[in-house]
Amino acid sequence: MMPITIHHFLAVAAILFTIGVFGIFLNRKNIIVILMSIELILLSVNINFVAFGAQLGDLTGQVFTLFVLTVAAAEAAIGLAILVVYFRNRNTIAVDDINMMKG
Amino acid sequence: MEMTSLYPVASEIFLACAGMLLLLWGATAGEKSTGAITVATGIAFIIAIFMAGHYETAKAVVMGGHVGSNAYVLFIKVLLLLSALASLVLSQHFLKSSKLSRPEYPVLVLFATLGMMLMVSAESLLGLYMGLELQSLTLYVLAAFRRDNAKSSESGLKYFVLGALASGLLLYGISLIYGGSGTILFGMLHEVVTADKPPVELVLGFVFILAAMAFKISAVPFHMWTPDVYEGAPTPVTAFFAAAPKLAGIALLIKLLYGPFHGLLAQSTPIILVLSVASMTLGAFAAIAQSNIKRMMAYSSIGHVGFALVGLVAGGQEGVQATLLYLLIYLPMTLGAFGIILSLRRDGVYLEQISDLAGLSKTRPALAAIMTVFMFSMMGIPPLAGFFSKFYVFLAVVEARYVWLAVLGVCLSVVGAYYYLRIIKIMYFDKQMEGFQRVPGWGVASLLGVTVLFILTLAVKPDWALSITHDAAKALIG
Repeated sequence: MMPITIHHFLAVAAILFTIGVFGIFLNRKNIIVILMSIELILLSVNINFVAFGAQLGDLTGQVFTLFVLTVAAAEAAIGLAILVVYFRNRNTIAVDDINMMKG
Repeated sequence: MEMTSLYPVASEIFLACAGMLLLLWGATAGEKSTGAITVATGIAFIIAIFMAGHYETAKAVVMGGHVGSNAYVLFIKVLLLLSALASLVLSQHFLKSSKLSRPEYPVLVLFATLGMMLMVSAESLLGLYMGLELQSLTLYVLAAFRRDNAKSSESGLKYFVLGALASGLLLYGISLIYGGSGTILFGMLHEVVTADKPPVELVLGFVFILAAMAFKISAVPFHMWTPDVYEGAPTPVTAFFAAAPKLAGIALLIKLLYGPFHGLLAQSTPIILVLSVASMTLGAFAAIAQSNIKRMMAYSSIGHVGFALVGLVAGGQEGVQATLLYLLIYLPMTLGAFGIILSLRRDGVYLEQISDLAGLSKTRPALAAIMTVFMFSMMGIPPLAGFFSKFYVFLAVVEARYVWLAVLGVCLSVVGAYYYLRIIKIMYFDKQMEGFQRVPGWGVASLLGVTVLFILTLAVKPDWALSITHDAAKALIG
């Protein structure tokens, strides 16, 4: 049985981060998926912080995670609020329809 | 802990308390309190300027090492507060006539400014992140402030998605730096980075942070949100975006480059060089094709960021001073130009197309003359202030032996001159249209007066500007 080291945690976080970034750029369906991708990015960072904090035997990482969680909640609230405002104006949340301004 | 130990961040604490009180007041008193809250916000800004300017400029780090102050931070804070105050003054008539006059607006501007101030006074990566998020979250809301307008909400949405991505990059970088060095405090990071061989996580993390900062100051290739957000957001919000957040972003970038990551300066200079050249080039060429004046100003601001970064490529105290001087002159120039844009009305409708400027010289000769001054200054024509800002960044970069960059910069400002000249040509020589209204209110008028006076007289007496930017740069590097 292979022991779980810090590298495994970092690999999981890196994979989640990459999925999140790709989710923002490759997703052509709707904006809710983008909000989920953003959340995924922030959570992958949290895994990094907790893993590093545990490895270093230092609480800063854990404390930083709590701050990130708080900000992520505020960010999701604001994102959804802007999304609702947008939906009221355009009656769609498809990514392909966000094209009123170009150039 | 003694109270006096909080003096270096007194202006931030004051603004935070004032913001929360004003928010409560607005929530309980409703829309009729808008005027009073706006005035109160303005007064809070003025008090904060005096508080920031009053305390001794000696270097001090407080609150467990997470925030601090020195002459450089104070200089940036005062400039931030002044530009926030100016954009608040600019917004008044527009908000009233567009039925956007709600108490949230001044409070949001206040919190955004507070976030920017925390950003530049941060002495740890946690303080930096919290300040940056406070700024970004309020700016997303401000961009979508015109709730019944599809363009405004779309610009808010775009800004939110791309801004959140940039915050994610920043955070990932911070987590790697924490893992590589075991600390988030700038002072301790400085020691780890200047060690013989900094850990690879730390270097990687710094690249992530640089990318996120490039996004926040809209440097090419991270600029894609800028034109859309500038066009869609309500015009006073665009004026605010073009001034304060740019200054805060570049100031924070300088602080990171010369503070905790000083040991990586040699490696990061090529990155800044690429950002600078790309921004100058795109700013010069892409603005030519625009028909919307806000969109044109977006590309113009991208170009200006490129010119400001030239000073950072030069580096050292002279380079940083040149960049600070560039920003000091860029702020009144941009705010003044937006003051003109916010004065362009026909039959009570605000005009946004460049072609709408035709005939301004006939009906409102003073406005056209002031706009001409701003455009010449942005081009960099002597003896206006814009010439000095460009002159000093190019001087610094020539002394740092990047002569080709100075030549390229001058060539690109010639290309950029095309679209500034086009505005002057349209105002003075195109088919004359009638019916421009007067400048809306004394606030915009006095702001236009102050900024145009600044642009015109800096040539006569540039000593004070040079000396304050010198002191600020020296506090950071010396």
